[in-house]
Amino acid sequence: MAILSTPRSAVQLASRGRPLKEHLFRIALLASLAIALVFLTLLIVYVVEEGWPRLDSTLWENQPSIRRPETAGIQSGIFGTLWIIGLTALMALPTGILAAIYLEEYADKTKWYNRLLELNISNLAAVPSIVYGILGLGIIARWMAFGFTIMTGAITISLLVLPIVIISAREAIRAVPPSIREGSLALGATQWQTIYRQVLPASIPGIATGSILALSRAIGEAAPFLMLGAATLVRFNPEGVWSSFSVLPLQIYSFISRPQEEFAVLAAAAIVVLLAILLLMNSVAIWLRNRYQKRW
Amino acid sequence: MSAQHLKTASGASRSLARSRPRYGEFAVKAVLLLAAMVSIATTVGIVAALLEPTIEFFGEVSFGEFFGSTTWGPLFNPPAFGVWPVIVATVEITLIAIVVAVPLGLAAAIYLSEYATPRIRKIFKPVLEVLAGVPTVVFGFFALTFVTPVLQDVFPFLELEAKNALSAGLLVGVMIIPIVASLSEDSMAAVPNGLREGSYALGASKMLTSVRVVVPAAFSGIVAAIILAISRAAGETMIVAIAGGFKSVFTLYPGDEMATMAAFIAQAGSGDASVGSTAYKTIFAVGSLLFIMTFAMNYVSARMVQKYREVYD
Repeated sequence: MAILSTPRSAVQLASRGRPLKEHLFRIALLASLAIALVFLTLLIVYVVEEGWPRLDSTLWENQPSIRRPETAGIQSGIFGTLWIIGLTALMALPTGILAAIYLEEYADKTKWYNRLLELNISNLAAVPSIVYGILGLGIIARWMAFGFTIMTGAITISLLVLPIVIISAREAIRAVPPSIREGSLALGATQWQTIYRQVLPASIPGIATGSILALSRAIGEAAPFLMLGAATLVRFNPEGVWSSFSVLPLQIYSFISRPQEEFAVLAAAAIVVLLAILLLMNSVAIWLRNRYQKRW
Repeated sequence: MSAQHLKTASGASRSLARSRPRYGEFAVKAVLLLAAMVSIATTVGIVAALLEPTIEFFGEVSFGEFFGSTTWGPLFNPPAFGVWPVIVATVEITLIAIVVAVPLGLAAAIYLSEYATPRIRKIFKPVLEVLAGVPTVVFGFFALTFVTPVLQDVFPFLELEAKNALSAGLLVGVMIIPIVASLSEDSMAAVPNGLREGSYALGASKMLTSVRVVVPAAFSGIVAAIILAISRAAGETMIVAIAGGFKSVFTLYPGDEMATMAAFIAQAGSGDASVGSTAYKTIFAVGSLLFIMTFAMNYVSARMVQKYREVYD
């Protein structure tokens, strides 16, 4: 794309000497992308084919069962995941967006504590999710005595996705050109009025896209819940934030670890449901980005 | 940035500035700062959760045994606490993953940044994004029920066990391709066009320009991407727990079942160790080790990104 500014004839002139090598290189590059595409297709076709026999209404109408894998379902997992994602959205999104506004609009980058904040956030974004599980287990479940409840799970996952929300919201806010802020300030608006009435509305599509992608990461996460005793064979739907629970990815994990063939089929069917939810969220995010992205 | 603008504005024309302080503006800033401080609290929480049980653990198991022995089995009777088998397994699976992800991810990044037309980018960017969004349990399932059986059929002489480091490592590699690709592409896109044009002007072909000019110019960003991918691979839990297994025998052969650090934490943390026992505290000791390793790598990666940003901005 960057080449577009160079005259086409110049590029052709330059590459006349070794056309074969150039071609092979280009094909090798394209092949590596094709491998990713083929892999993804293969993965999706495989799980749909494996899970096909169980892709019916019993899957979401029934509860999991060890004794009857052929009719066992994933209803408690679906409800558990919905609870966790709902609470995570309530906690992580406002906190993350506010933090991003602070870092982009208020923070003086020459101050050591602001640099520490930034370094800390980029470090946290790459801490393994199982370590967040240890945080949930040691601090939230035991020290704060929240126990192995939906609340514990939701707080843990909120902390896990918070750095992702902050980083993507910062990018969206940074994309708003300074001239918009300067115009607003010049008309006498205060800094917060400028942010609230000009910067935020202009960056909402970008923030929404990043938030959806962050939540879709939260939906697929299983490792932290292993540490939070999200008992995998919960046979009832959660009734409130202090209820014990299971989530869809963890139910899939428990199906996979059982020896019977029926559980592998059940796992594949549950994976199809999970992937369908994620693909839907990803498409919404991509659509939002293409539809509302402004070029300043 | 805009804070500085404000400062100069109010400094230059003090008479026009509002005489009464705006408490509302100050309160808003305080709330925003508080939200940003949650991330500091998270780091403090992680360190606090790890520190106390880890200290207790080293009161019960000597440092020498932990780092000086190669027999691992905190959940066995009698227990053994030589941590090397899980470290070796983690390094081995990470290496396999890197061998898969670095060439594929880099090639994808070069193609997307230097060769692809906007149309092709529009097709392949979402593919990488969807790949990045696939839950790791799904990769684990695919490794265990598809990749391993296929490898067993095609390469019977490898004598792969039903759970093995090879399939787990391959799939961890696929998982980190999008990280390598998207971060490397970002740093290649930041290389100024003047460098490319200069290269063409000297008669270099497109391939030479990509390999000898753009990649070296974006090198620190690419290294940062690879380090970040290594740290992701080392901490990956679900793929290795499902497809790599939990057996903690000291082995180097990638066809064998082996437990990584994260897999051990998952196994012991999901109820196999009773609360308060030495085995339970081992979770936190291994967790500390994993946290320190990934933290060090993330720090190096973040510093390299900062350094590269200073060059071309």
